[in-house]
Amino acid sequence: MTEYHFKTPISEEDIRKLKVNDVLYITGTIVTARDQAHRRALEYFKEGKQLPVNLEGLAVFHCGPVVSKEGDKWVAVAAGPTTSTRMDIFEDEFIKNFKVRVVIGKGGMGKRTTDAMAKYGAVYGAFTGGAAILAAKAIKKVKGVEWLDLGTPEALWIFEVEDFGPLAVAIDSHGNNIFMDVAKNVEENRKKIYQKLGLQI
Amino acid sequence: MEIANVVENVAFNLIKQAVIYLPEDVKQALKKAYAEETSAAGKTQLKAILDNIELAEKYKAPICQDTGTIIFYANAGADVKHLDKIENALINATRKATKEVPLRPNAVDPFTQKNSGDNTGRFIPYINWDIVPGDTLELTVMTKGGGSENVCTTGMLVPGEGINGLKKFVIEAVIKAGSQPCPPTILGVAMGGGSDIAIKLAKKALLKPLNEPNPNPEIAKLEKELYEAANMTGIGPMGLGGKTTVLGVHVEYAFRHPASFPAAVAFNCWAARRATARIHADGTVEYVTHKGRV
Repeated sequence: MTEYHFKTPISEEDIRKLKVNDVLYITGTIVTARDQAHRRALEYFKEGKQLPVNLEGLAVFHCGPVVSKEGDKWVAVAAGPTTSTRMDIFEDEFIKNFKVRVVIGKGGMGKRTTDAMAKYGAVYGAFTGGAAILAAKAIKKVKGVEWLDLGTPEALWIFEVEDFGPLAVAIDSHGNNIFMDVAKNVEENRKKIYQKLGLQI
Repeated sequence: MEIANVVENVAFNLIKQAVIYLPEDVKQALKKAYAEETSAAGKTQLKAILDNIELAEKYKAPICQDTGTIIFYANAGADVKHLDKIENALINATRKATKEVPLRPNAVDPFTQKNSGDNTGRFIPYINWDIVPGDTLELTVMTKGGGSENVCTTGMLVPGEGINGLKKFVIEAVIKAGSQPCPPTILGVAMGGGSDIAIKLAKKALLKPLNEPNPNPEIAKLEKELYEAANMTGIGPMGLGGKTTVLGVHVEYAFRHPASFPAAVAFNCWAARRATARIHADGTVEYVTHKGRV
């Protein structure tokens, strides 16, 4: 388990250094995107339209923050991760097209995303679900917001962050996925549980 | 003061208390889990959770950015006056809390996908009414996170399998949910009634304090058995592996139709937010779960 502190934009070479169980902190720019923003971003790409923000080398954050407007400035009040599996249907194309290096979320992602991360050089950083103030305190500034018409949870929030983490590297760019390992372990444990409770599979 | 104003004020305070301060029983259970967790990854997650709880209290900010769907449980004394004014007061309190706490706007029209922006809409906030004797109105708010809601489940089991069928149903629900509901979770389990009744009872069971097992020893035994079994799965904190998958299990039941065995599992994330207050006939207010947090 090694601790890394990376600044955005992150290079493919740096991201390939990370292995599962490493801990990562990010300084620089991270951009939130949930279901609707992923869908729209991929539509833009298909139509050859530019995204309002260049995501190359940045981190995409599965998050719908609580924000408040103080004067004409937005402030991130609470900003923990949302469940990433919902983005599994978009993420491989998203990584391929926009060259993001880190996907931040909770709950892990599946084989499609794991394969894309290995192929194009990206990792999944698990941030503790619900730890919204821990996240908000690392957000130094809301640099901008795009696609507010999707509603505040679904908009693209562009955050300037300092030592954003801890992110548990749960999927690396070498095909390893902690969540898939845990799932295998759970399969084994299921047998023991059934035995203990006197149940039949 | 008119009852509508009192209720609006109290409901606003309850929402604010619930989203910022976890109930004491949940905090204690998380501290115990941190002390006992043996997986390094799991321990890191529990540490982040405990740090976050402290920060939320310090900055008086919502524990989690998903401030949930606002659900009220109203135990209305039959002699409480102006009960017809309460629904509107709860809606106003929700709007005010969304703006002032603030809360994330979480009410979306399923037809147009438009977010109302103030956490209200058709049937939202939802109010569960119970009529009880007396002249006191007891109000509870549950701000229910979406991640844990997405894995709640109902099933019509085979009556012939009895309680064993229920045990299997619960274990499979926990395994299927995996990392998604932000473990360590709290489980509300219910059987009987009907499909709607089972899930309603299961969800309401989430309001019970963790340190209070069911007074019926047979049910308490089942709760303990399910708790131990869920923690044997190895899913662990945030699904990264470990021995803390659930913090507690509450079981509820209703009688069932001979041909049906409805069952339900309701999940609550570790940020199990709830707050209760009693409004008495003389207008005095007693905060039950969050004394001194107004």
